[in-house]
Amino acid sequence: MENYALILVGTVLVNNIVLTKMLGLCPFMGVSKKLETAFGMGAATTFVLTLAAGASYLINEYLLGTDYAYLRTLSFIVVIAGIVQFTEMFIRKTSPVLYQVLGIYLPLITTNCAVLGIALLNVQAKHTFLESLFFGLGGAIGFSLALVIFAAMRERLEAADVPAYFKGSPIAMINAGLLSLAFMGFSGLVK
Amino acid sequence: MLTAILIMSGLALVIGVILGLAAIQFKAEENPLVDKIDAILPQTQCGQCGFPGCHPYAEAISRGEADINRCPPGGEEGIHRLADLLGMDVKPLGDGQAQAKPKSVAVIDEQRCIGCTLCLQACPVDAIVGAAKQMHTVIAGQCTGCELCVAPCPVECIDMEALAEDITQWKWKYPRYDIKNSALNTNG
Repeated sequence: MENYALILVGTVLVNNIVLTKMLGLCPFMGVSKKLETAFGMGAATTFVLTLAAGASYLINEYLLGTDYAYLRTLSFIVVIAGIVQFTEMFIRKTSPVLYQVLGIYLPLITTNCAVLGIALLNVQAKHTFLESLFFGLGGAIGFSLALVIFAAMRERLEAADVPAYFKGSPIAMINAGLLSLAFMGFSGLVK
Repeated sequence: MLTAILIMSGLALVIGVILGLAAIQFKAEENPLVDKIDAILPQTQCGQCGFPGCHPYAEAISRGEADINRCPPGGEEGIHRLADLLGMDVKPLGDGQAQAKPKSVAVIDEQRCIGCTLCLQACPVDAIVGAAKQMHTVIAGQCTGCELCVAPCPVECIDMEALAEDITQWKWKYPRYDIKNSALNTNG
């Protein structure tokens, strides 16, 4: 039990997928202009990432084994694409508004390297099924946390008096760097 | 090797079945009005209305965000039918829009065609037949006259030719009454 808690804390804070591992930067910059969208994107990605982590574990363990390890990336991408399609249908049915707001970024979860990254890291770290799930969930929560914090910062930046040349994306990039530095403070919390 | 192919196809099959079932399960009910409007639009997907296709334009009309007079390929008849459906007044094609042209079809000058297939890819209704390095030709009956194939052609061998009016397509012109000028006339 302690093990799972450590995985969660470790992936959410210490090895944050966006701010420490630098994965999934596209939606991090793209969907962080508004707080609500960031929440929606975080929720959708959490759903996809956790499912994908579990599914990719099963595929790697029972379908590919060591003989067909070279099919890993290919099959993981196929599964991720399938799950994203499923999520898209689900969101379209349950929340057309969120579907409208997320727009192009929803199908783009497929190419979010955080999703594939987590699946591959799971294989690398030889996690068990439950560990894989928790690793996926932790990574996703970390992603959502970074996204939401960053979106909140960017909303305030809109009103801030920023030098003209830094307005918009440049100051957002600098902020992303500062946020990443801040998360370095967690290193050493979990070994 | 064979096993690898089997694994990937099996995986794709399973995911396909799951997605197919999910598509039935989570079928989103769309606004029925959108489908009705979409049925009237000419489906040229030409984008002259400023939307990425006929369906997005239909959605915008149903939300009241777009006027009904932005579809040149649909012409006056299309506007009339949209106005009937939505209970709105008929209005002439919008200012920014290309004005209605005489119905025309694309014609490929087969002497100049180099068989690059670029126009095949541009055609939204698959009205152009041909293959790489073979000359292409337009099936006149299928062509909607959307002009999308004209721009991609690298040798400019596609021209729009107006169809001559004949007995099968001639119809009475809608009566036009110039209200603005007639009012001036009576006052003056």
